[in-house]
Amino acid sequence: MAKDELYRLTITEAQQGLRKREFSALELTRACLERIYAVEPQINAFLTVSETTAVEQAQEADRMLSRLGNDAPALCGIPLALKDIFATRGIRTTCASRILENFIPPYDATVVAKLREAGAVFLGKVNMDEFAMGSSTENSAFGITRNPYDLERVPGGSSGGSAAAVAADECLAALGTDTGGSIRQPAALCGVVGIKPTYSRVSRYGVVAFASSLDQVGPLTKTVRDAAIMMRTLAGVDPRDSTCSARPVPDYEACLTGDVRNVRIGMPKEYFVEGIQPAVLNAVRAALDCYRAMGAQVQEISLPHTQYAVAVYYLIATAEASANLARYDGIRYGLRVEASDLLELYNRTRAQGFGAEVKRRIMLGTFALSSGYYDAYYLKAQKVRTLIRQDFEQAFRACDAIITPTSPTTAFRLGEKTQNPLEMYLSDIFTISVNLAGLPAISVPCGYDENNLPIGLQVIGPPFGEEIVLRVADALERSGFVPRRPTVV
Amino acid sequence: MARSDAYEAVIGLEVHAQLLTRSKIFCGCPNAFGAAPNHNVCPVCMGMPGVLPVFNRRVLELAIRVALATHSQIAPRSVFARKNYFYPDLPKGYQISQYEQPFCTGGYIELPNGGSSPRKIRLTRIHIEEDAGKNIHASGYSLVDLNRAGTPLLEIVSEPDLRSPEEAVAYLKELRAILRYLEVCDGNMEEGSFRCDANVSVRRRGESRLGVKTEIKNLNSFKFVEKALRHEIERQIEVLEAGGTITQETHLFDPERGITKPMRSKEYAHDYRYFPEPDLPPLEVPPSLIEAIKAQSPEVPSARRARYAQQYGLSSYEIEVLTQERDIGDYFEALVNHGVDRKMAANWTMTEVLRAVNESALPLSRAVPPAAETAALLKMVAGNEISLNGAKTAFAAMCKTGQSAVEAVNALGLTQVSDEAQIAEVCEQVLRAEADKVKEYRAGRQKLFGFFVGQVMKAMKGKANPKIVNEVLKRKLDS
Repeated sequence: MAKDELYRLTITEAQQGLRKREFSALELTRACLERIYAVEPQINAFLTVSETTAVEQAQEADRMLSRLGNDAPALCGIPLALKDIFATRGIRTTCASRILENFIPPYDATVVAKLREAGAVFLGKVNMDEFAMGSSTENSAFGITRNPYDLERVPGGSSGGSAAAVAADECLAALGTDTGGSIRQPAALCGVVGIKPTYSRVSRYGVVAFASSLDQVGPLTKTVRDAAIMMRTLAGVDPRDSTCSARPVPDYEACLTGDVRNVRIGMPKEYFVEGIQPAVLNAVRAALDCYRAMGAQVQEISLPHTQYAVAVYYLIATAEASANLARYDGIRYGLRVEASDLLELYNRTRAQGFGAEVKRRIMLGTFALSSGYYDAYYLKAQKVRTLIRQDFEQAFRACDAIITPTSPTTAFRLGEKTQNPLEMYLSDIFTISVNLAGLPAISVPCGYDENNLPIGLQVIGPPFGEEIVLRVADALERSGFVPRRPTVV
Repeated sequence: MARSDAYEAVIGLEVHAQLLTRSKIFCGCPNAFGAAPNHNVCPVCMGMPGVLPVFNRRVLELAIRVALATHSQIAPRSVFARKNYFYPDLPKGYQISQYEQPFCTGGYIELPNGGSSPRKIRLTRIHIEEDAGKNIHASGYSLVDLNRAGTPLLEIVSEPDLRSPEEAVAYLKELRAILRYLEVCDGNMEEGSFRCDANVSVRRRGESRLGVKTEIKNLNSFKFVEKALRHEIERQIEVLEAGGTITQETHLFDPERGITKPMRSKEYAHDYRYFPEPDLPPLEVPPSLIEAIKAQSPEVPSARRARYAQQYGLSSYEIEVLTQERDIGDYFEALVNHGVDRKMAANWTMTEVLRAVNESALPLSRAVPPAAETAALLKMVAGNEISLNGAKTAFAAMCKTGQSAVEAVNALGLTQVSDEAQIAEVCEQVLRAEADKVKEYRAGRQKLFGFFVGQVMKAMKGKANPKIVNEVLKRKLDS
């Protein structure tokens, strides 16, 4: 491959090339930076390009590679993009909000520190819906990001910048977060792989909190194998996050056997209903046929409380968000709009600092927790959340993995849903239950619609079932499915 | 006062006690008073984006000590909750506290009650939470110091069992003593490590229904607690007597004027929107940890009071003085253990030791010599080597200079001469020199005996053992 096209590589390919010294980490990084500068006018995935940091990290990675050779860490010299929700020491971290427009954290998120230590290269910080609230990246305070498959369409959200940057080959992989589908839905809409691990599998320290009991960190990659490689570095115990699991981290690559014989795949009937775009339904059904052909057993299952998931989610997530976002008050950091008294300072700062969707959710959450409404809303939602979790526990007694569409539609047009929040909320209808139950799930490309827009297949596993999820998704990649690159960039 | 005698006050107290841990409750910053503003802070206690709390296990150990000492039932599983409100000293916009499932419930504290059986004051609950920072108001601007943010606190809530300002103060003193004995809180009200809010209502005597209460905040000394409660009780009685009704509201005590003033409802009418803290798992308390802490828990004041009565036969006044602080009683007992007579040890501790502590304003351990040295000094008194007054002089010197008992006594020349032969010789000289007076004495002027003693003491520069001087003179004059 020509050195100026190195950006097209997967992590797996780049790893081999770097170890064989076919090219340097610096060359790979420069290729990505050139690609970024070439396509950003169309895509606008990046909020900050950290070229200086990237070049320094690449040089350090080259030293590490020559010193350690094949023993270098898996991600050594791999250029990545980070969703702008991860605290990066010395690099602006905005969460796509005016209120943090000039915030430079003095600390790294744990996952960022792990990647630094592994020798990864940070190309920059990518766009998202403000505070991860949205499904199209249109809620960013700093402009929209376009879908590389159709520049008039959204990349999904909230990790839309991450998905678009991977799809447009601006980076080899990206980091995202997923609270109700924010990794999987943009991965589906941009034709890349995105995995949301089990809640507690990856540290949340330094990840700007949206809904603490739902947020999880995960990679967006070009292949399932790349996702497995990323997961091995990201997962694991963190003394700074008391909700983070101490379970040992398996070698996720080792589980990619391609063998799904006798794997019991559940197909929840509640997810195959009216209102799904026909091309999506067809592609998912074709994928299920493919699994059958590979020896898996596909059976219909039921997740009876599915219909309540969206309502439960918008009570719990907003309640937690209303508290999590209280710290943006103009006192210690971030935007401050001066005023003559304290209340007015709060009011002005938050009125100017937050966008409409963030304010809507803060108000919803504040209401759900209010005295006299707590039992009817927040408490009831927690009870139904337990029922939803139990649905999955029940289901996983009869199957090893559950397959659904990731999103009911392919990428929608820019502005198509911005006037109707409820319709926007429904684009996460297949992903939200997974967060409420704390389960691992991946979105992997499984086809294209009549407009050549990618379709995502979601594979859900039991708690800490990342291995089965990765194995099932990987098997589809190996089954002869040919991904189509975006043609517009 | 006949009018107010018809009423009874009903008081419940909420105490916030800062715990003496080395680091803060949810991060590794030092938990220390007096550092430069915003010095003991980090991204976690400053509430920066994305940071998470990690519970300091030491807080749990101290909380268990308090629960055990107050006979409380420790919840095997308690839950942290977010208490939401906006204030510049609250970095996250919520305080991590406990709400529906507190750390422990149902304890009590016994108040000494003269000779009668102690008064039991019930505790509603004790929960664990974090302190906020401090706002410092200047003219035209305010500053925020977050050193205190994240200091571990216990909130100790009493039932409305207290019936007078005096009893409220007695409760606070006992609670403070317990916390200090357990070494969980230094109890410093001025520095705010032991803070009190009071809920108070009044009702006609004999009435069992509770009246409408008001809450009084900003009570940072025992004196203020008493003053504020007295003022508020009188105010409520006046309102009721005039046919009015009490409004449930929060008052702020103004120590300058000795009155309480209602706060604007805007300042306290919060809906805190409590909900379980999703960033922290529930606090599980293993029974083995409770047992381990029980095994090494220090003695509490009530147990020590009972023991002092039984073991040393001290009066209730002596017991009160010696048990007010743990280190006072410890010192007394150390003297006894070094062989000092218990009565002497008690008197010396209550007078000389406490005087030295008060005059130096130092903690006891630094204000007075080690008990072994003091015991050595007091043994010299018992052995007639020095006089009691000499011992007091020597003790004052030892406190100031750090000299040993022997060094101080020698340096001050306080050693008493008890050698009978030496004293007899001086007596002989005095009697010879005062032959006229000896005749007068023997003729019946018995009063002159004192004169001879004085002359001998003078000749011996006051160091003679007066008892022996008396004996020798008597023998010589009467022979």
